[in-house]
Amino acid sequence: MSRLALSDEILMGIEKPARYIGNEFNMVRKNPDEVDIRFCMCFPDVYEIGMSHLGIQILYDTFNRREDVYCERVYSPWPDLDKVMRVKDIPLFSLETQSPVKDFDFLGITLQYEMCYTNILQVLELSQIPIYANERDMDAPIVIGGGPCSYNPEPIADFFDAFYIGEGETRYDEVFECYKRMKTSGCSREELLHELSKIPGIYVPSMYKCTYNDDGTLALFEPIHDDVPKTVTKEVVMDFNDVHYPEKPLVPFIQVTQDRVTLEIMRGCIRGCRFCQAGMIYRPTRQKDVKLIEDYALKMISSTGHEEISLSSLSSSDYGCLKEFTYFLIEEMGNQHVNISLPSLRIDAFSLDVMKKVQDIKKSSLTFAPEAGTQRLRDVINKGLTEEVILNGAMQAFYGGWNKVKFYFMLGLPTETMEDAEGIPALCERVAKAYYDIPKDQRNGKISITASSSFFVPKPFTPFQWAAMLDPETYIERAHHVKDTFRQQLNARSLRYTYHESYVSVLEGVFARGDRRLSKVIYDAYKSGCIFDAWTDFFDNDKWMEAFEKNGIVKEFYTTRERSEDELFPWDFIDIGVTKNFLLSEWKKAKQEIVTPNCREKCSGCGAAKFGGGVCFERQKKD
Amino acid sequence: MSEETYKIRIKYVKSGVLKYIGHLDLMRFFQKAFKRAGVDVAYSQGFSPHQLMSFAAPLALGVTSEGEYFDAQMNSLVSSEEYVRILNEQMVDGVYVKNVILLPEKAKKAMSIVAASDYIVSFKDDDDLNYQFVRDLNDIDNKESQKKSDYNKIIAVVPQLLKKDAIEVFRKTKKNEKVEDIKKGIYKLELREDKIYMFLATGSEYNLKPESVIEALCNEAGVPYNKFDYQIHRIETYYKNEKGQLASLLETGTKITDPMHN
Ligand code: SF4
Repeated sequence: MSRLALSDEILMGIEKPARYIGNEFNMVRKNPDEVDIRFCMCFPDVYEIGMSHLGIQILYDTFNRREDVYCERVYSPWPDLDKVMRVKDIPLFSLETQSPVKDFDFLGITLQYEMCYTNILQVLELSQIPIYANERDMDAPIVIGGGPCSYNPEPIADFFDAFYIGEGETRYDEVFECYKRMKTSGCSREELLHELSKIPGIYVPSMYKCTYNDDGTLALFEPIHDDVPKTVTKEVVMDFNDVHYPEKPLVPFIQVTQDRVTLEIMRGCIRGCRFCQAGMIYRPTRQKDVKLIEDYALKMISSTGHEEISLSSLSSSDYGCLKEFTYFLIEEMGNQHVNISLPSLRIDAFSLDVMKKVQDIKKSSLTFAPEAGTQRLRDVINKGLTEEVILNGAMQAFYGGWNKVKFYFMLGLPTETMEDAEGIPALCERVAKAYYDIPKDQRNGKISITASSSFFVPKPFTPFQWAAMLDPETYIERAHHVKDTFRQQLNARSLRYTYHESYVSVLEGVFARGDRRLSKVIYDAYKSGCIFDAWTDFFDNDKWMEAFEKNGIVKEFYTTRERSEDELFPWDFIDIGVTKNFLLSEWKKAKQEIVTPNCREKCSGCGAAKFGGGVCFERQKKD
Repeated sequence: MSEETYKIRIKYVKSGVLKYIGHLDLMRFFQKAFKRAGVDVAYSQGFSPHQLMSFAAPLALGVTSEGEYFDAQMNSLVSSEEYVRILNEQMVDGVYVKNVILLPEKAKKAMSIVAASDYIVSFKDDDDLNYQFVRDLNDIDNKESQKKSDYNKIIAVVPQLLKKDAIEVFRKTKKNEKVEDIKKGIYKLELREDKIYMFLATGSEYNLKPESVIEALCNEAGVPYNKFDYQIHRIETYYKNEKGQLASLLETGTKITDPMHN
């Protein structure tokens, strides 16, 4: 019978005790004494969020296929349990064996968004593992980070022993073999880390030193040993059809954010939107064979019993066999009473037909993400979506019975003017007008258009990595102005506009392009009580501001400063395939409002072809 | 719904760590288990069809049971044994299916006919389910022995309680809190070794939770009531049969032996 780390009284006294008991269907059981390596996989947010993450499920499955490894899970204890654990001095434990995380060989932490950074420190502290990597001895697990934020790991570098840069499926075998070899040799922690740093894709922060110029920019970043690589090349799965995919994902008891089968159909994106980090770091685009994913869909539904399936990719409309696959799903899943949750698709005859089949038109809405209000600015950000395309798609949908539209925009994009901002309400108004131009008997009552803007954050490894982020005051002013302009539209009653707060985006802006000096700020913010910063209820901006002040760190250095073309960035030591030169030329083209065709129209020679596959070689194959 | 469907009733056990899973989550668990097992369950119509399933008498979080029931509607049947076998392949530690029976066509939902349940209440030792890494042994020993002596006082008043004319406890309703005489809901209350056995009214006519009886015992014994000190375990769920007697819900239907002829 399973045993639990927490007493009955504790479990009965907290919210959702099911978060901490494990025992889910498809959970892997092994005897920890019979494996060489115990790996604890952590998503530093609450269970319901962490359990919804596909990446962890993939690695959980991949690691546990090895007989010598037992991979377990841990998530951030919710503040109610956090308090109890501190008072009672209970060490954080894994879900599977309910045993202390500090006894594991590895603690792997996935880094999906910047606002989880304080939660990482919570996990470390509750686990009773020293927060700073340089205070850990041989007994402490190797704390290794991965995921999108590890493409600029510097702000949290001091807390990690290592980072895995790139896609997790490829190099962990080598990491495990190296660890086993070194562990039996009786080496020191430093020797072990030194060895790990030689494995491709592995970045060990303590093996590098950095110095700064007087103006605060990075002067030098280099390894401290000759045999440690100067650049770390991201890992990428090139045989995308032959990589592990979890056929038996975990099935949580409690409702989690994504309570369904998630099927990855494609990795990467051909579009090259200039604000999008995922579009660059996951290059080149690779797709899965349609027969393979059809097979997975059936297997995963029958191994989980989920009643919903969704597709995962950055831009599903670009998946080569989307039609074939979608109609397959509708047919097969319909028979099995499984709902299909559609990704956002380009609105056309096909997607409307599919939407009609799987959704209730009365409840569903059309989604467009033009990101910017004018064509000029859409050219700057290389977003191919034109007003004509939006209007055509919308009209087709309106005739089909739809009357709800959602628009996603960003404010604060490089080169943005008031006119661009005013383009947001103008575009929405034109869509509303087009709707009301339809004869009354052919449309479906009133239209409702919802538009929202988020505050643009420049990210590393995008053409906008040189760009200044807008200051929050101007952003808010602009947002207010947009809101006012919405009110002045003829169809204002059909339009709704919301915008995101600025505080969190400013912090994201700092950490996205931050450097090692920020670790102290994160530490102090955490120590003053910041935790679950991604949750509005817990986010405390004042505490963060104090932490910056205390450490004499000026946020604006990281956010509103435009970088010079030759500045050395803290993340430059990582090679994502896409070259800095390409990004720079994209930055220049952005300022000249010149668009770049997508990978399928014409290769722009970004550099990702060096990985030898994916979209870069599609054409050659056809010829 | 398409043509004719069959109503089946499933009896299951909920124990161990599953006591921390609420009944709605457990329902979702069973729906997924049904799907994995590939049983031919009937679905509702519409854009998000769901399985036609309903629970008899939901258990509170923390309570275990060996007499739980839910109903499901099936398009076609397999034998009771086969159901038990294939469903149990889809269970996890702490939950398993004991019986599956076929209900008469006009059978009412379990939820609407439940009339009583019986329970065993025991002193919650720091049992083998939960352990703590670090504990202040002195502190725990003191607390435990205090609790143990309270429990002994409660045990002492068990034989007396039903002799009283009225058994009054505070009960929270949706609107307010009021004093209520719960005596009519207690059909039996006795000691079984060092555990307390109680047979109580359950369901829509009168619903008495075992917690209320424990509270009444605490009041009678003059010890503070702390709901975490007791482990409640349901033994069986009952309905009133044609003769007006309380009988196990298992008697509401028949074993499926040869599904082809049902
Ligand atoms: S090399 Fe060309 S085809 Fe390949 S990802 Fe870069 S731009 Fe696209």
